[in-house]
Amino acid sequence: MRKHLLGLEGMSRDEINQILDTADIMRTHIDNNEFDNEYAKGSSVVNLFFENSTRTRTSFENASKFVGANVVNISVATSSVTKGESMYDTAMTLQCIKNDIIVMRHSIAGAANYLSKVVDAHIINAGDGQHEHPTQGLLDMLTMRREFGRLDGLTVAIIGDIKYSRVARSNIIGLTTMGATVKLFGIKTLMPQGIEQMGATVCDSIEDAIEGADVVMGLRIQLERMQSGQFPSVREYHREYGITADRLKLAKPNAIVMHPAPVNRGVEIAGDVVDGEKSRIFEQVTNGVAVRMAIIKLMSEAK
Amino acid sequence: MFIIKNVSVGGKIANIHLIGNKVSKISYDLRENMGVTPTFDGRGGVIMPAFIDMHVHLREPGYEYKEDIKSGLQSAVAGGYSAVCPMPNTNPVCDNQYIVNYIMNKAKECKLARVYPIGCISKGMRGLELAEMASMQKEGVVAVSDDGMPVGSSGLMRKAMEYADGLGLLVISHSEDKELAKGYVNEGANATRAGIEGINRVAEESMIAREILLADALKTRVHLAHVSTANGVDLIRWAKAKGIKVTCETGPNYIVGTDDLILDYNPCAKVNPPLREESDRQAIIAGLVDGTIDCIATDHAPHSMSEKSREFATAPFGISGLESAFSLCYTELVKSGLMTLDRLSELMTGNVAKILNIPCGEIAPNGLADFVIVDTAAEYVIDSSNWFSKGKNTPFNGREVTGNVIATIVDGRVVYKK
Ligand SMILES: [Zn+2]
Repeated sequence: MRKHLLGLEGMSRDEINQILDTADIMRTHIDNNEFDNEYAKGSSVVNLFFENSTRTRTSFENASKFVGANVVNISVATSSVTKGESMYDTAMTLQCIKNDIIVMRHSIAGAANYLSKVVDAHIINAGDGQHEHPTQGLLDMLTMRREFGRLDGLTVAIIGDIKYSRVARSNIIGLTTMGATVKLFGIKTLMPQGIEQMGATVCDSIEDAIEGADVVMGLRIQLERMQSGQFPSVREYHREYGITADRLKLAKPNAIVMHPAPVNRGVEIAGDVVDGEKSRIFEQVTNGVAVRMAIIKLMSEAK
Repeated sequence: MFIIKNVSVGGKIANIHLIGNKVSKISYDLRENMGVTPTFDGRGGVIMPAFIDMHVHLREPGYEYKEDIKSGLQSAVAGGYSAVCPMPNTNPVCDNQYIVNYIMNKAKECKLARVYPIGCISKGMRGLELAEMASMQKEGVVAVSDDGMPVGSSGLMRKAMEYADGLGLLVISHSEDKELAKGYVNEGANATRAGIEGINRVAEESMIAREILLADALKTRVHLAHVSTANGVDLIRWAKAKGIKVTCETGPNYIVGTDDLILDYNPCAKVNPPLREESDRQAIIAGLVDGTIDCIATDHAPHSMSEKSREFATAPFGISGLESAFSLCYTELVKSGLMTLDRLSELMTGNVAKILNIPCGEIAPNGLADFVIVDTAAEYVIDSSNWFSKGKNTPFNGREVTGNVIATIVDGRVVYKK
């Protein structure tokens, strides 16, 4: 395990496999209700969240406890971050208080990279702006690997708001590294320029993307994208570009459906698909804890 | 009398004899008058008219922690410049004769480089009503621009171009449509990879097109600041072919840098317009070689390190550039064989003086003694910690360059020697 987990960019297959293999063991502990492990006993973890996310923060918090680490949560009011300097000040404070691992969520791309240059602790990027969300990418890959027994050769369709999504970027990087094929579809206002240079194929329609896929991954469409004029209405969006049971018939027969949650039912994905037999959305949540346990374990061993 | 001795003039070693701020003689007899007059030994150097930078930010009044007139002018002469044009986005902005007067007086006290201020186009740089251009011109303003706060209103831009033209004042456009420019770096593959919101190139190109068409319709002049894209160069080439009175500048940032520099989130690579792609950089260089681009200006934009060591999105735009401009341009354009040193001199001096209608140095009897002496063989590594400018913010630190300024002479006085 490298010192920081800032992103999946630059990580090798072996490094990713090491985390996924460890996460499989962690998942067994969870399934067996073994929550008092001591892999990271004596380590201290700080959850530093500059952006609200109860879901991700709780996942890291539980993961830390389940491997025996001490965990502290720090939420920084978003209003005080707008000037930028407070991140440096917070980092300096953390540097003075003993801690081993800092888990950081921030609205600015490159923030985790920045923090890793100013403090000594291990940094886990829990999402930086539109850049990366590596633990999400890893938990998604864990979910696929547990389903299909491999990642190499899988076809994954990622559908929705690609432009503003750090989840899309981490998945594209991680999956292509592992030998999977990534197909993308998004309405053009939500597709970033040059994304194909990251190794993914851009499809012209949602049907093209889903056709023959092993995994169909939806990404959240935030309503503020509609308010800022990127698409005209939820009704039109869902009808033309939503992941529906009908469209899923184009995927492979044993295909699964994933989504980083929270989902907007009836927007990017139909409610019956969320609850349907192909859905692994709740499985992803459990795998999130397992992946985070694995990373904290591996980082604690490396310190 | 004063003699600059042992300098290369057109490939021959000569002594330049000065009386006051004028050249009295170019002597190839290196012993003439030796021993009787004070001299400056420029051995190993090539003498040229000193550079003129028509686009700098000296930050005074208001932002003296970033730069002040004195530190900015020290930086200018260290970069080989005898004259600079500070942009008016100070605090308060330079939109009236009193601020112009303040800047002129401060600059005179420094006895370093000449200062030709640029005034605002609009009062308070708010883009609503014209600033008092004639009054500012009387105090020394040579051009007007709302640099940094581009004129969004096409109606106001039209009035500005007409009113300024009546005064013979140049209008400089920072061409940017703010609606399309809600990002931090060039929109493209690198912005996507880094997850940083991009600024579409059309933000710049659409305003270049607007200014060109206005200049055509109104039969007035316009100067386009910091041109950075391939389509921008093509639009200007088209305009010049049609005889439209447009001139433009680009800068070392766009001659040397691309948006590869943003991939590690170095806030010192954050500049507006943003560093573009390699194909743009090649188009910019082609425009300089074929004359579509008239001149080189640095857009020297010093910031404090505490501002530039923030996270990328919250750091301010701008690159400090006066002290690296010649070396970067010489290395990229002349050493590479793309142009001669004489052509680079036109781009950094002669053409700038023509655009602004101001004097520049001339190596000829009775020529103005504003000179730079450069060592074209010097090789070094850029290190902004040695600069006179308070702004150490550059993405080019660590770059190996060839060509360095060894002395600068303004008004017949040696104001900088290495
Ligand atoms: Zn500008």
